[in-house]
Amino acid sequence: MSLTLLTLLQQFVLLLAALALFLSFVLLSQTRLIAAIRVFAWQGALVAAVTLTVALAGHAHHLYFSAALTLGLKAMLIPAMLHRMTRRLGLERQSETLSRPALVIMAAVVLVIFSYWVVEPMVANGLAFTRNIIAVSLAVVLIGLLMMVFRQQAVAQVLGFMSMENGLFLAAVSATAGMPLVVELGVAFDVLVAMVLFGVFFFQIRESIDSLDVDRLNRLTETEEGR
Amino acid sequence: MSAWLVALLQALLYPALAPLLVGWVRKVKARLQNRRGASVFQPYADLRKLLVKETRVAHTASELFRVAPYIVFVATWLAAATVPLVALDLPIAAVADIIVLVGLLALARFFLALAGMDAGTAFGGMGASREMLVSALAEPAMLMAVFTLAMTAHSTSLQSVMAHHLADGFLLRPSYLFAFGALVLVALAECGRIPVDNPSTHLELTMVHEAMLLEYSGRHLALMEWAAQIKLLLYGVLIVNVFFPWGVGASFGALALGSGLAVVLLKLLVLGALLAAGETVLAKMRLFRVPGFLNLALLLALLGLLSHVILEVGA
Amino acid sequence: MTSLSLTLLTPLIGGLVLILMRSPGPAGWLNLGVSGLTLAGSLGLAWSVWHLGSVAGMGFRVDAFNVYLVVLTAFVGLTTGIFSRPYMRYVQASGRISAWSLRVYHGMYQAFMLTMLVALTTDNLGVLWVAVEGATLATVLLVSLYRTPEAVEAAWKYFILCGVGIALALFGTVLTYFAAQHVMADPGTGLTWSALYERSHDLDPTVMRIAFVFLLVGYGTKVGLVPMHQWLPDAHSEGPTPMSAVLSGLLLNVALYAVVRLKMLVDGSLAETATPHLAGALLMGFGLVSFLVAGLFLHRQRDIKRMFSYSSIEHMGLMTFAFGLGGPLATFGALLHMLVHSLTKSAIFITVGHATHVAGTQSIDRIRGLIRTQPAIGWSLLFGVVAIAGFPPFGVFTSEFLLLTATMQSQPWFTVVLLSGLAVAFAGLFRHLHPMVYGAAPEGQRPVEANMLPVYFHLGLVLWLGLAIPDVLSAWLDRATQLITGGHLL
Repeated sequence: MSLTLLTLLQQFVLLLAALALFLSFVLLSQTRLIAAIRVFAWQGALVAAVTLTVALAGHAHHLYFSAALTLGLKAMLIPAMLHRMTRRLGLERQSETLSRPALVIMAAVVLVIFSYWVVEPMVANGLAFTRNIIAVSLAVVLIGLLMMVFRQQAVAQVLGFMSMENGLFLAAVSATAGMPLVVELGVAFDVLVAMVLFGVFFFQIRESIDSLDVDRLNRLTETEEGR
Repeated sequence: MSAWLVALLQALLYPALAPLLVGWVRKVKARLQNRRGASVFQPYADLRKLLVKETRVAHTASELFRVAPYIVFVATWLAAATVPLVALDLPIAAVADIIVLVGLLALARFFLALAGMDAGTAFGGMGASREMLVSALAEPAMLMAVFTLAMTAHSTSLQSVMAHHLADGFLLRPSYLFAFGALVLVALAECGRIPVDNPSTHLELTMVHEAMLLEYSGRHLALMEWAAQIKLLLYGVLIVNVFFPWGVGASFGALALGSGLAVVLLKLLVLGALLAAGETVLAKMRLFRVPGFLNLALLLALLGLLSHVILEVGA
Repeated sequence: MTSLSLTLLTPLIGGLVLILMRSPGPAGWLNLGVSGLTLAGSLGLAWSVWHLGSVAGMGFRVDAFNVYLVVLTAFVGLTTGIFSRPYMRYVQASGRISAWSLRVYHGMYQAFMLTMLVALTTDNLGVLWVAVEGATLATVLLVSLYRTPEAVEAAWKYFILCGVGIALALFGTVLTYFAAQHVMADPGTGLTWSALYERSHDLDPTVMRIAFVFLLVGYGTKVGLVPMHQWLPDAHSEGPTPMSAVLSGLLLNVALYAVVRLKMLVDGSLAETATPHLAGALLMGFGLVSFLVAGLFLHRQRDIKRMFSYSSIEHMGLMTFAFGLGGPLATFGALLHMLVHSLTKSAIFITVGHATHVAGTQSIDRIRGLIRTQPAIGWSLLFGVVAIAGFPPFGVFTSEFLLLTATMQSQPWFTVVLLSGLAVAFAGLFRHLHPMVYGAAPEGQRPVEANMLPVYFHLGLVLWLGLAIPDVLSAWLDRATQLITGGHLL
């Protein structure tokens, strides 16, 4: 549907979603951990804002709750936990050197095009005005995946994982105006537990390899000499 | 015939107003730094002074060195003439679209760089090579950004883009937001403003634009400086008129033109103040960070293009 | 309903009690008791399903297909619990884990059982996702229980890979919900499997096709399908052995169960399109690749638990292939194979756990002469491997025979591929097995205290299933087959 047919509030949703996608790119190329955590928090806030605006524009009252949940979890609690862990691990000043950053950004652009290509045939018969966002949310998911693949730092990988979850929250809102409450709570609970466990693992990894550079976790391989 | 007259008038307005914008930016900057600053008309006086001064040419320079200022000035001026300043529906739209605009700017830059190298000094060559580095990265971003606009309007003519935007009324277009960001970054790089280049000094080792002009004097220098001022105005007008076209004259009546001019001046004043504020807050970045800066512009432009396709077209 | 709540609440409460309980002595016994009670509940559930056809309510739904997996899960949970009590005490005595770790172990063991059972019994695709992700979370700490660098690495890999996979599955779930919104009158039921299944013909095929790809990749990561299998050998080899037994015996099954349930939806949706068997073809492709690749990897393993985890990938590939093939015969065979593989593989892992204690290492090269040092372990390992390799008269032979027959009927050429794959896997297992069982025992190798009862029990069951499948069980599997394919075998 053309943009001119949407109300201003509905256009605002698209704008917020586009900004969330942009933040995925920023996250991907942000080398300083603390700044990356901040970017991630903003992305969570944007997803919450999308949810809230969809709720306002579509009079979907159950979405208020999930907007609050997203805001609390993704924009506050998890970034705060990550922040605290980074401090306790003494990584505040940590910044990673990225190999071939431009190439990775280009790969991310290709992923955006890919997600559009994947989603495009099914978008046609979507009901809600948010259906165009599905491609954006898939792109956020895939860019999170890309980040996990190419970052070596454990905290950065977790940020990629959590940003994937952001994309999934966005997908749930945009494609279906929110999942059933029990599912949403379950997913939020899983994410929270995952975050706690990630925290445990940061310390375990550092204990075992004296660093959080996951590339050094390379004892388990299929090659004969590896063992 | 009156349409052509308006077009001519508008084309003349560019060189006339360009020094004023620079003067305004300098004034605001001075105020922000707690200085009184020179009058906003100081650039006019500077130009006049340069024009009457004796013109010296390095003995190692070739003919190209003498011709380049004229070519640079004319090309920049022509490029500016294609950007609607006070009114739409100008006949020049039939002759020149966005691609011509980018082409004319590239032509000007090409001769500027050649002239910089011509005298054979170290600074000139360094400046030229840096300028080409910046433009090689900025130009695709610029093209991509304007294509985003062109795709929305289904036309590469700037006037149609503006007319389309006006007809749609106020829409929150994600693609416009990204294109806006990209164009601002490109404009900062292309006009040699902070954080890419420092326009107020030619005593830095890392300068770009000023390094190419070091050998120029008198009339030649005046033309080069004037061209740079027109370029700044051009980008300013491009940004304010394309993204906020409201108030531009819809007809050729004196009232419409007058109010159009007043509105565009107001918008430029705001933009100039913002630029000055930005330059006060930011520091110049190291030269090897510039590609990253321009990659961001390219990324924004690409995202603009993609978000147009993904979010705005709809199936 | 009471038996269902008994089945689900027992591990929940038991897990909480176990993690809060301070004294380590009775923890092993309590774990055992909780598992036993769960098994009792699941048997009661099976009894009511047998009489009523299906039990539903409160967002749960138990039919012939999942109840048999519920019983299997509870059963293997109990027998592994029997094995784990002395095993973990031995581990703790050897100083590899602290008392706190042991508490975590017991608590998470029950949490894992809970997530498995919830995933099996729920009728809601979203809750299914939550439970499968919960299973990852419950087991990931157990994989790193020993805190060696290898264990931490394995756990991290497991966490990250399964996290990514399961995230993609959630995207697929969202897409399914998206498709359901056009069809369901009440959007609240848009994730309810039974409601969706009734209307599956109306689900938009374009959306379901894309959704299934995401779901297959997502849950397929958990099944251990190649190329998403990387976590599996690491997690199996580095975690405590009881964990390897339940991972291989249960978790993989549950993930495959999720894939099959979703395939049923997609098949309904795609029935009238140009590609009605797309889901099946995808399963066949992934399954076959996993089967062949894992068979080849068996040859180059040097870690005994790693080797058997590759054998698990191989068998999961075979089952995935069979479910993809479709039809009553293949489905019946796959269901039977799920059962016998679970029993055999958990028996093997239990035996391997004792064997590594005897030899003091997991390296295949240094495990020698088991049959001389401790005949019970040696013979069990021998018979376990004979069973898993598909020799008659064990049950794995029966199910593989059924699968091959089904393949011969519909896709004859694949039979050749399957047979050569089985031969490769057999060779891979036996070249390592022979020296471990028969080789000369190193000086000073002593027998250990071992509880081989679960192993005998499992292998005995598998042998029984190979000689004669009891009528009750075959009728039961036939009902499940009918649910999945709509056709009878018997």
